[in-house]
Amino acid sequence: MTLDLARWQFGITTVYHFILVPITIGLAGFVALMQTRWVKTGDPEYLRMTRFWGKILLINFALGVATGIVQEFQFGMAWSEYSRFVGDIFGAPLAMEALIAFFIESTFLGLWIFGWDRMPARLHLATIWLVFIGTMISAYFILAANAWMQYPVGAKFNEATGRAELDSFFDVITSKTALYAFGHTITAAIATAGALIVGISAWKRFRTPDRDTTFFTRSLKWGLRGTLVAALATTIVGHFFAQWMTKVQPMKMAAAEALYETTDGAGLSLFAWGGLESTPNDLKINIEIPRLLSFMATDSFSGEVRGINDLQAEYEKRYGPGNYVPVLAVTYWSFRTMMTMAFYLIVMSLVGLFMLRRGRAPGKIFTAAAVFGIFAPLIANSAGWLFTEMGRQPWVVQGLLKTADGVSPLGAGTIWTSITGFTLLYAALAVAELFLILKAVRHGPDPAPEPIGTTPHGEHLLPTLGY
Amino acid sequence: MTLVNLWFVLIGVLFTGYLVLEGFDFGVGMLIHPAGRTLEERRQVLRTIGPVWDGNEVWLLTAGGSIFAAFPEWYATLFSGYYLALFAILMCLIVRVMAIEYRNKHDGEAWRRRWDIGIAVTSALPAFLWGVAFANIVGGSPLNDKGVYVGGFWDLIHPYAVLGGLVTLLLFALHGAHYLALRATGPVRERANRIAARLWLPTLVVVAAFAVWTLAEAQTLRVVAVVGAAVAALALISVFPMQRAGREGWAFGLTSLTIGGAMIMLWATLFPNAMVSSNGAATNLTLVDAASTHTTLVVMTVVAAIMTPIVLLYQAWTYWVFRARVTAAPDEEPKLAVSWLSRTPKGER
Ligand code: HDD
Ligand code: HEM
Ligand code: HEM
Repeated sequence: MTLDLARWQFGITTVYHFILVPITIGLAGFVALMQTRWVKTGDPEYLRMTRFWGKILLINFALGVATGIVQEFQFGMAWSEYSRFVGDIFGAPLAMEALIAFFIESTFLGLWIFGWDRMPARLHLATIWLVFIGTMISAYFILAANAWMQYPVGAKFNEATGRAELDSFFDVITSKTALYAFGHTITAAIATAGALIVGISAWKRFRTPDRDTTFFTRSLKWGLRGTLVAALATTIVGHFFAQWMTKVQPMKMAAAEALYETTDGAGLSLFAWGGLESTPNDLKINIEIPRLLSFMATDSFSGEVRGINDLQAEYEKRYGPGNYVPVLAVTYWSFRTMMTMAFYLIVMSLVGLFMLRRGRAPGKIFTAAAVFGIFAPLIANSAGWLFTEMGRQPWVVQGLLKTADGVSPLGAGTIWTSITGFTLLYAALAVAELFLILKAVRHGPDPAPEPIGTTPHGEHLLPTLGY
Repeated sequence: MTLVNLWFVLIGVLFTGYLVLEGFDFGVGMLIHPAGRTLEERRQVLRTIGPVWDGNEVWLLTAGGSIFAAFPEWYATLFSGYYLALFAILMCLIVRVMAIEYRNKHDGEAWRRRWDIGIAVTSALPAFLWGVAFANIVGGSPLNDKGVYVGGFWDLIHPYAVLGGLVTLLLFALHGAHYLALRATGPVRERANRIAARLWLPTLVVVAAFAVWTLAEAQTLRVVAVVGAAVAALALISVFPMQRAGREGWAFGLTSLTIGGAMIMLWATLFPNAMVSSNGAATNLTLVDAASTHTTLVVMTVVAAIMTPIVLLYQAWTYWVFRARVTAAPDEEPKLAVSWLSRTPKGER
């Protein structure tokens, strides 16, 4: 019971944190670019864009920080045995994330918000770039930590102390899993923010076509281009990521494809239905494209892809009796959900760009599609993490520590208290965040602010974005 | 000094940084109603910490992450053992972040009033609970021979711990009042000075009682601990003449020093343990048992040696940029803090 509750608590709080995180990372990048354009061209429309999208960034950032604080401590709280086992390796990137990245993000965001009337334009511009760089460093360290759980390199298991010990920190933070995860997650974050900009801009263009027309047309274009490039990049990195996973976590990928028997020239499953348990008889429907899976996984139409039954037998021999198959229905469908959303984003941005090129405003259908497009990457992000983490089960550290052995020796009542508290509070805060974002969107961008002073060099100082 | 001891000291430094910096954030939050009578004044109160509170909170995240990296057993025992207390602190910190950031993003009067109450409560409660937590780490809580906490939430609440809680509560309130007096103008500043004058004596009493109790109960009485206690006491006593003389900066510096002295006392008493057990010295969680391997400590030391000065530099710079006093007027005069790099964007003007 404690185990299940701890898993639910970790899942709920982490997925929630990761709904906000990609929006923060991506929007910080977009806002930094917008402000750069403003400083370069002096066009007040870019200043308005910086401040409008910046405001949405700030609303989102606050909740990202608030939920992140829980993340920092929950390993020790609910997963103390895990923390004892991995601390030697896992703690270092976590500490560095705080020391290197969080300090940069939080300090320079404060300077950006309140510094409009304190600094010359270029110095002020540097602060938002530092925020963006900070978010990326933070992503890198936490993803490296997570990647080590998927692919524990640079460490060895010490029988005497019963814990994993560090061999080479460099190997830990430059493992291929970490690099792929970073590339995939950052591009996904940019797509997420791009789609948010597209959705909001299309909605405003459609609902109030005569207000802020240039503003939202331009934002729409920025969003569409960003989303297209980022979604394509996410897909390409994702493809190579999957090939790598086939090598180092073959069970995860076999489960993602519902492939039971090791096969040469395996087909790519498009739609499978059944109990999706560990026997092939269970599979009631399975529509495949012949040989495509082998090609995707090994670059050869007749390559061998290993199946679940084979891997289960091997793991039993290596680690002792037990069930080493993750929940297939989750891995299979989360993987497909992610890819469907990638396809959706690419098509949506192509259609949108084509429409703009023809000089047409968003109609009813495109607007609806763009508003759904806000959610598509959020769904893909959650699906991606569910797949990554559930596909690794029963392990918490692949091949070294089972999830069941990582949990704290706490009573179920204790965790019930915290899971209820966090869930209710998070739900209430989601309402507050949505309320503020919708309000900001309805209100629309402010006019370009009047300068409230000048520097000795005659440069304008503007009112702050703070309170 | 071994790397293990070095990291014990560094974690003490990180916590001191946290308590000094977020200490005044908590204090300012607690005093939001007594110092700010109107919604506008409360906005002024919040603006004094607006640009810096998040950077201050990261000191806690860094301290937590460093415990995880340098002393995994300590991290595991402390946070799973004090689960519900930490959960309460986390809930408060979450609400506090949201209250500070969301209060002024909508101008409903009821909206602001509610978030203001939230700020006051979620500043006072963690301020109290941190004192309780530190008193338990140093004074002892029930651990078994595997270094696992075997008590419940209520085992954390006993007279010594409550006294520790009062120390942080009052000391942070005083510290926050000094900060507010230093950073605000007008009626807010005057009220902050008055509140500080009233808080001084009760704070001195609880700090002195806590110091005596800590030193009396210490398993071994160390000179460093006594020096820390003396520094804290002297600094706090000297606050009084500074308040009288209207030296707001000095008063603030002295409460910072009080917090630092108190931490030195606690850390020196705790050494060589990470957590003291109330089930006898044999079950103490020692630093050596809790520590990571040498390899990890070396990596961490290199990174900390490079990054810490840089962080200190740009955080100090932030305080300098925002050094001008915060006024009540919504749209203030701009206060250019930096003029180098100044050039007009093309087309502007
Ligand atoms: C790929 C990116 C990513 C991922 C997977 C995570 N985070 Fe996160 N986190 C960020 C990217 C990020 C960020 C972009 O840097 C945030 C989001 C909003 C923000 O303010 O910074 C952040 C905020 C944030 C904060 C608050 C920082 C502050 O006060 O400024 C903490 C303590 C954490 N995170 C800790 C974690 C932990 C322990 C995670 C693992 C379970 C985690 N995050 C997953
Ligand atoms: C880096 C960001 C991370 C994200 C976005 C993430 C996401 C997830 C998700 C979606 C789940 C599945 C929830 C469920 O099964 O109910 C999960 C489970 C879990 N993750 Fe991660 N995770 C991250 C990092 C980590 C890290 C750093 C750890 C280290 C302890 C970790 C350990 C776990 C554990 C112990 C579970 C519970 C087992 C389970 O339920 O499957 N995760 N995480
Ligand atoms: C066809 C396109 C895509 C492919 C082939 C793909 C592939 C993958 C693979 C193989 C993983 C698992 C990595 C692991 O197990 O550690 C993964 C994880 C993930 N994916 Fe995708 N993906 C695609 C599109 C997307 C899109 C569009 C998004 C979001 C906008 C996204 C977001 C994520 C996230 C957040 C994770 C978890 C983080 C991580 O492990 O790095 N993916 N993806």
